[in-house]
Amino acid sequence: MSLQPVKFYQTGTFTVGNRLLDESMRAVQANMTRTNSLNSGHRACQGCGEALGARYAIDAAMRAAKNRLIAANATGCLEVFSTPYPETSWQIPWMHSVFANAASVATGIAAALKVKKKNDVRVIAQGGDGGTTDIGFACLSGMFERNDDVLYICYDNEAYMNTGVQRSSATPPGARTATTPAVGPHPGNPFGTGKNLPLIAMAHQIPYVATASIANLHDLEAKVEKAMGIRGARYIHIYVPCPLGWGSLPSDTMKVARLAVESGLFPLFEAEHGEITSRIPIRRKVPVEEYLKLQRRFAHLFGEDRTAIRMIQEIADRNIAKFGLEEK
Amino acid sequence: MKKPFAITLDPGSSLANHTGSWRTERPVYVDRLPPCNHACPAGEDVQKWLYHAESGEYRKAWESLVQNNPFPAIMGRVCYHPCETACNRGALDESVGIHAVERFLGDEAIRQGWLPEMKEKETGKKVLVIGSGPSGLSCAYHLRLLGHRVVIMEAEDRAGGMMRYGIPKYRLPREVLEAEVGRLEKIGIEIRLKQKVNDVMEVMEGFDATFMAVGAHIAKRAYIPAGDASRIIDAVAMLHGMESDSRPRLGRHVVVYGGGNTAIDVARTAKRLGAEEPLIVYRRTKDRMPAHESEMNEAIEEGIRFRWLSTVKSMEEGSITVEKMVLDEKGFPQPTGEFEQIEADCLILALGQESELDLLKNVPRLETEKGMVKVDHAMMTSRPGLFAGGDMVPSEKTVTTGIGHGKKAARHIDAWLRNADFHEEEREIAEFGMLNTWYFSDAPKTVQPVLDLVRRQSTFDEVLSGLSEQNALFEARRCLSCGNCFECDNCYGVCPDNAVIKLGPGLRFRFNYDFCKGCGLCAQECPCGAIKMIPESI
Ligand SMILES: Cc1cc2nc3c(=O)[nH]c(=O)nc-3n(C[C@H](O)[C@H](O)[C@H](O)COP(=O)(O)OP(=O)(O)OC[C@H]3O[C@@H](n4cnc5c(N)ncnc54)[C@H](O)[C@@H]3O)c2cc1C
Ligand SMILES: Cc1ncc(C[n+]2csc(CCOP(=O)(O)OP(=O)(O)O)c2C)c(N)n1
Ligand code: SF4
Ligand code: SF4
Ligand code: SF4
Ligand SMILES: [Mg+2]
Repeated sequence: MSLQPVKFYQTGTFTVGNRLLDESMRAVQANMTRTNSLNSGHRACQGCGEALGARYAIDAAMRAAKNRLIAANATGCLEVFSTPYPETSWQIPWMHSVFANAASVATGIAAALKVKKKNDVRVIAQGGDGGTTDIGFACLSGMFERNDDVLYICYDNEAYMNTGVQRSSATPPGARTATTPAVGPHPGNPFGTGKNLPLIAMAHQIPYVATASIANLHDLEAKVEKAMGIRGARYIHIYVPCPLGWGSLPSDTMKVARLAVESGLFPLFEAEHGEITSRIPIRRKVPVEEYLKLQRRFAHLFGEDRTAIRMIQEIADRNIAKFGLEEK
Repeated sequence: MKKPFAITLDPGSSLANHTGSWRTERPVYVDRLPPCNHACPAGEDVQKWLYHAESGEYRKAWESLVQNNPFPAIMGRVCYHPCETACNRGALDESVGIHAVERFLGDEAIRQGWLPEMKEKETGKKVLVIGSGPSGLSCAYHLRLLGHRVVIMEAEDRAGGMMRYGIPKYRLPREVLEAEVGRLEKIGIEIRLKQKVNDVMEVMEGFDATFMAVGAHIAKRAYIPAGDASRIIDAVAMLHGMESDSRPRLGRHVVVYGGGNTAIDVARTAKRLGAEEPLIVYRRTKDRMPAHESEMNEAIEEGIRFRWLSTVKSMEEGSITVEKMVLDEKGFPQPTGEFEQIEADCLILALGQESELDLLKNVPRLETEKGMVKVDHAMMTSRPGLFAGGDMVPSEKTVTTGIGHGKKAARHIDAWLRNADFHEEEREIAEFGMLNTWYFSDAPKTVQPVLDLVRRQSTFDEVLSGLSEQNALFEARRCLSCGNCFECDNCYGVCPDNAVIKLGPGLRFRFNYDFCKGCGLCAQECPCGAIKMIPESI
């Protein structure tokens, strides 16, 4: 059987694996012996994007660190669905922290390892968008500013899901949440609010910042691997749809994530020391409607007045221009 | 056990929590019927043999292919490939060049001398096949694979039927035909040449069952008044003559009357024999010609001319008279009374063929329909034990249909000989909408090299060449594997609950229903539609 050389792969590199490709060129997730860092039996909702994103990222980090890894976890869905006492789904050394201080806990772990001269053990901090962009922001900024040897991963599901879908500073304009109801003349989350954490991280001039999506597994794994090859403060922001909070079908989790990228609403890029070094071009461009219409949190935008959808399209168009997402 | 302050339980694994109980729907792996397989008149498992070809396992691919069709090298050349018309990839960019890969496998088998595996034990039963066209050969082949003894009686001095005496060499080189037919003799099929059957009832004696496939060889004629010196011949006779030592003499101005593939083949053959710009006269319009568009285009490239909306009224020495026609509201051609003379040394009639059913004269109460023999779902005639297929039964008249009939008949004959029933399994068709085409990368269809025009106009060399190994591999890999798992690992990768278990190369996957929550992500993200969600009984 001649596996190599091959000029073309039936599914390119888009599928998780490919029986025709050399084992080393397939995703970590294609491997029969992947860590399954987040094991079965967790209580995440059906089709949870966060559970998926966490397994993707931590499995890749485990491979890069040769299984020498410790994670600190901010509270949020990721913690609550994985570790209700006395059970856990984590198959890695894993430490609970409070809502605000995962970055600081990780900093502490890294400092301790340094003292113990355990250079080979790597440290990860992880949390939701609320824990990252809002309450944990000060700790995170400090970790960046000190260039602590930690990879911080934010699983962005664009609201406080664990406590019932409240708005965070990562909630997109127009979205309905428990605290931004779809009522009044400007229903949903107000336009002109929120913050872009990857850009803020870049402003700290840290060695590595990247955005990733569960819809592009190969890219996600490559970014985690790259981050793990660097020392100092690193930040990866992963886009993870939440079927419950977004009102999307559990079976559409990947599709929603894919359309966020393809519409230009969630640009995929990498930056080193504050400079953007790569971006993933859009493969099949779609209007933002395609993305919005799969989610009940945007249902109110589809009334007679479509101004909000136009404004969201403008955001996407600006992203496309700013990050150069269209292949020339 | 001593525990830290406020701790009363050991840390446990979440594996104790069987989230499978949340499920209202469960995913199941299915093998849906790919549209290519469904459309293949010979019932080839196209997707399956392409799967093997994709990994370069050509022998395995060929072995899988010949379970349904003994003639891939022939098929890859003459089949009108309805599989490609049905191919789901057509909706994405262009259909997979199935016939080109098939031809590559067929040619590879000839080069390497591969033989099909004989798995069944000898049954001791003996079946007679009348006619060695594609249908008879296919039936014989499948009966042989099932362990029966087969004798073929053939009227001509060589086997192949219309594949030899009809289809021209420039589309089907005779070495290819001989190699693939010869293989059947190697697996023990006896072909008795020059044995025209005059009475089926007589020859059936001594056989446990009989399959007839005598084709349709009598040319249909039209009444055309002609002078003594004019030459009118029919297409089948002319093409038949191409197989004898003296090639037919046609003259410079050749007119072919008819609009089917045969008319095209005749005109292209005439061109190669030296006729200047042969002319095809057809009574209706271009878009109503039954000939296939690709063949028509190839003919036009080679300098064949067409005259639509015309009927031939009479033939004189050196010319014919045609009458112009117009189509009425119903689309039927009607005469206009306008006549024209056209130079013609020879008029070839390609108006279709009928079957000669004289050999059936002594079969009591045999049911026929429009000069063809009626058969039931099992390809059996009204006479028990007497089966028929190919051009002599009502259906599409192609090599592939004939091969399909032969296979079907063989499987039913086999069952009939065992007093059993043969049932085809029913499978849901893998429609385009069931695929997740996001995962397939763009890949343009591979083009087969074409012989240069001068050689096409003057020699009988094959017009289309085969694909190189690299190109065949590329083309095979364009297949989307509709409805059948091709081990892309997507389900394994996208399950948030690790409820898909990877079993290893070639072994596919299994669901772990202890943990599957039934989200449906695996089914949605399966590129080829091989997972189905079915309601859970709660
Ligand atoms: C010019 C031409 C081109 C064609 N091109 C194509 C093509 O490109 N692709 C395609 O799919 N189809 C093509 N066809 C159609 C195709 O050839 C036929 O549909 C097909 O060959 C039918 O197969 P068959 O086995 O039923 O009959 P045949 O191929 O006609 O074979 C019947 C056999 O039975 C033998 N026979 C007849 N009577 C007796 C008897 N009494 N005793 C013993 N033997 C007997 C004959 O000698 C012959 O060998 C073409 C047909 C023609 C005429
Ligand atoms: C100081 C503090 N305030 C509030 C909470 C309650 N709380 C727990 S998780 C959570 C929201 C988590 O949101 P996010 O970080 O986005 O993670 P997600 O659940 O969306 O994954 C909140 C408000 C808390 N645990 N601690
Ligand atoms: S609420 Fe959202 S993030 Fe939390 S477990 Fe459910 S799907 Fe996942
Ligand atoms: S893509 Fe492959 S399986 Fe699907 S119809 Fe075409 S050849 Fe058949
Ligand atoms: S993705 Fe996993 S949990 Fe969802 S239906 Fe498939 S096997 Fe079940
Ligand atoms: Mg959140």
